[in-house]
Amino acid sequence: MTVTFKVNGKPATVDVPRDMPLLWVLRDVLDLKGTKFGCGAAQCGACTVQVRGVPTRSCVLPVSAVQGSEITTIEGLSSDGSHPLQRAWEELDVPQCGYCQAGQLMSAAALLAKKPQPSDADIDAAMDGNLCRCATYIRIRQAIHRAAVMKTATDTSHFHDSGRSVP
Amino acid sequence: MSGPSTDVTGRFSRREFLQVSSIAGGGLLLATFLKPFGALEALGATPTAEFTPNAFIRITPDGIVTIIAQNPEIGQGVKTMLPMLIAEELDVDWKDVHVEQAPYDATKFNNQFAGGSRATPTHWMPMRRAGAAARVMLISAAARKWGVPESECETASGVVHHRASGRALGYGALVEAAASVPAPDLKTLALKDAKDFKIIGTSIRGVDTHAIVTGKPLYGIDVTLPGMLYATFERCPVFGGKVANANLAEVRAQPGVRHAFVIDKGSVLGDRNGGGLDGFTLDGVAIVADSWWQAKSARQKLRVSWNEGAGAEQSSAGFAASAAQLSTQPPQQTLHRDGDVETTLRSAPKTVRAAYFYPFIAHATLEPQNCTAQFRNGKLELWAGTQFPEIGRGLIGKTLGIAENDITIHIMRGGGGFGRRLHSDFMLEAAWIAKAAGAPVKLLWTREDDIQHDFYRPAGWHYLAGGVDANGKLVAWRNHFVSFGEGKTFATSASMGPLEFPARFVPNFALEASVMPLALPTGYIRAPVSNGVAFATQSFIDELAHAAGKDPMQFRLELLANVQPDVPASGEAPRAQRGSDFDAERMRGVLELVAEKSGWGSRPLPRGSGMGIAFHYSHSGYFAEVVQARVSRAGKISVDKVWVVGDVGSDIINPLNAENQVQGSVLDGIAEALAQEITIEHGRVVQSNFHDFHLLRLTQAPPVEVHFRKTRFEPTGIGEPALPPAVPALCSAIFAATGKRIRSLPLSKHDLSWT
Repeated sequence: MTVTFKVNGKPATVDVPRDMPLLWVLRDVLDLKGTKFGCGAAQCGACTVQVRGVPTRSCVLPVSAVQGSEITTIEGLSSDGSHPLQRAWEELDVPQCGYCQAGQLMSAAALLAKKPQPSDADIDAAMDGNLCRCATYIRIRQAIHRAAVMKTATDTSHFHDSGRSVP
Repeated sequence: MSGPSTDVTGRFSRREFLQVSSIAGGGLLLATFLKPFGALEALGATPTAEFTPNAFIRITPDGIVTIIAQNPEIGQGVKTMLPMLIAEELDVDWKDVHVEQAPYDATKFNNQFAGGSRATPTHWMPMRRAGAAARVMLISAAARKWGVPESECETASGVVHHRASGRALGYGALVEAAASVPAPDLKTLALKDAKDFKIIGTSIRGVDTHAIVTGKPLYGIDVTLPGMLYATFERCPVFGGKVANANLAEVRAQPGVRHAFVIDKGSVLGDRNGGGLDGFTLDGVAIVADSWWQAKSARQKLRVSWNEGAGAEQSSAGFAASAAQLSTQPPQQTLHRDGDVETTLRSAPKTVRAAYFYPFIAHATLEPQNCTAQFRNGKLELWAGTQFPEIGRGLIGKTLGIAENDITIHIMRGGGGFGRRLHSDFMLEAAWIAKAAGAPVKLLWTREDDIQHDFYRPAGWHYLAGGVDANGKLVAWRNHFVSFGEGKTFATSASMGPLEFPARFVPNFALEASVMPLALPTGYIRAPVSNGVAFATQSFIDELAHAAGKDPMQFRLELLANVQPDVPASGEAPRAQRGSDFDAERMRGVLELVAEKSGWGSRPLPRGSGMGIAFHYSHSGYFAEVVQARVSRAGKISVDKVWVVGDVGSDIINPLNAENQVQGSVLDGIAEALAQEITIEHGRVVQSNFHDFHLLRLTQAPPVEVHFRKTRFEPTGIGEPALPPAVPALCSAIFAATGKRIRSLPLSKHDLSWT
């Protein structure tokens, strides 16, 4: 069937089986490889994208369900990695293997959009469904708090240096 | 990270020893390690366009420095760490370095695998020498240009300076001249003094971190080739089972399906005992389609009759019954014996006997196994997140009858490894399917495939007896280890070294073993052997401390002081046998420091809360840990805090990553202890996805405070050794909180409620 929706602000029309999950449409039809396959059963959160701003497990969402929707993937979180969460993730060097982090970031971005200054309990509630096999949870929590500070701070000069070494 | 460590499989240790010695001797380094070193002809058609002094460094006239990362990156940080070593001695600023992942290439690189926490000890000197050699050549080129002695030149931040005349040339300007400089004698090559390090010991972010957080394609699963088809592969749920028949015609009629065929490659391919990595069958039904979703949808229509074979008779309950039976019989073999353990146990004023058990567990890398393969004109090209491309190439070449030189392997970033990708089953399947399909194919496993067709951490049983004398000193220790294998050979990763702690710290000691047959393939999972043995050993030491009426920390310190006379002095032991190089002084150092950092013994805790302490030596690293945990009246466990002290030698090469690795290892251990278990029924794995094989969640992750104790020894790896102590430290904390001694895992199977 033909489905039309928007991905990262751009219109997309695909002709695929109606039960094909959004994940595979994004990855294998639209070549957006940032969203990951982890379990195929909404158990791990690696495939998290935002559908109309709501964090959604794309591995079990039939593409027919997103007709006319606005989808945001990790590639659309910012064009250049400038979203405060991406900057905080880089600053704290959160990833180990990195495979789950796109899903983590999409869940965290939805949280910050709703609660710009989340408490630990807010983070618990929003992030508990995103599994990290490397268990980078300590830094994930720190990075969400850090991004919340950055989002409100006017001075972000310390991020102008794009060098990878930590001062 | 996890895998064939020197102390588990002899074949790796012998090989590494030879290589490290030859490098230490210097003479063979050029020949074996840096083959193209200084070889101008290797530069090809544009000999003056760049300076490639060896396989690791490329400098172009614009001054861009590219460093080649040779080892597979699976999240352990090696793609950043190894180039740091080169950049340090090359004397360039890290911000000017570009890092490139090398493909598998045995003509250029040695030890190109991710296993056994070996990258740091194996490459610490060779990588530094690679950088230093290039630096010397650049100095030489500048000195010739200026007509001054090399000794008057120095380098800083990618520039050669002649201070006396104030002249300076960037490395980029020296590219052409340096390319004709002969390679230096590595025997006399001076390396930096540690006090002059500018990169080693500083916190450097992962070279792929930006690409990860912006969703760039990096992993095997992200590979796309023109005309590529997608495959799924159905294997027998019982290990060793084979296809009897399948409804291939119906599957071929499904939308998008191009091919559906049976692969029947006979019996087990390689060794499944004694450390082998390729002991599995290649048998099942491949479905190849235009998209992976179509292949997977068609698989739902697939009906296979299996000849399940003898494996179908095995079960977890059966193993437990057999282990209990074996424990009452004389052990099949003795691994190590000192003194007279039986007499001492009879006469000791206090004895404790206990049976410990840990279950099978799976690796569960978050990126399911996958590989993209292309077979053209007799040549095979593979893209895979692999920890051990050398083994994969050998296995594929042998099985498909392709010369190894005709197989190219591109090493993709692995979405987790933990030892799973030491095995090449998924690569072999992809190669076979692509060859049969006559098109490039991406094979992708489902999560269910992954959980149910792993190389599992073997379950283990330890029947322990210990005796303490009137002074509360441990005088006797007996362990009847019941495991899997055949005859005197243990299944892969199901062994114990004869000198595993507390061997040689107890005067009357016996380590004995019995094995039973296992159809399921086993493998190395992060801190293999140690991740189970440490639980049993350190927990039982805790029991003995309580029997002796001593503080568990004090009891351990006294045990470490009780070195038997044949234990070699610090750092001088041969590495021939696991545990033989255990350095009591280094362990005492981390134990005392973790007690201090955690406030051990001085922190008043309410009922239902407790602290546990444990240490373990593995992968050349010394780790002691304290866990503080809380158990609610209803029996729910919360881990409140973990303190870690590690000794991995003189340098923490990248502190930012080292902390992450240690925290991840500790939390991995806690995850294993809390709820991870693979159970077998009728030869099948019961669990199938993350609803019944439980990874740790964010809400379960406590703060983990990490400290390092730097010692004079050469640095060793950080990906594994912090894991093992976390398990017994947590279990002893639960004992302290509830009075319930945990002798089997996972904790989720225990009723920990209290009133």
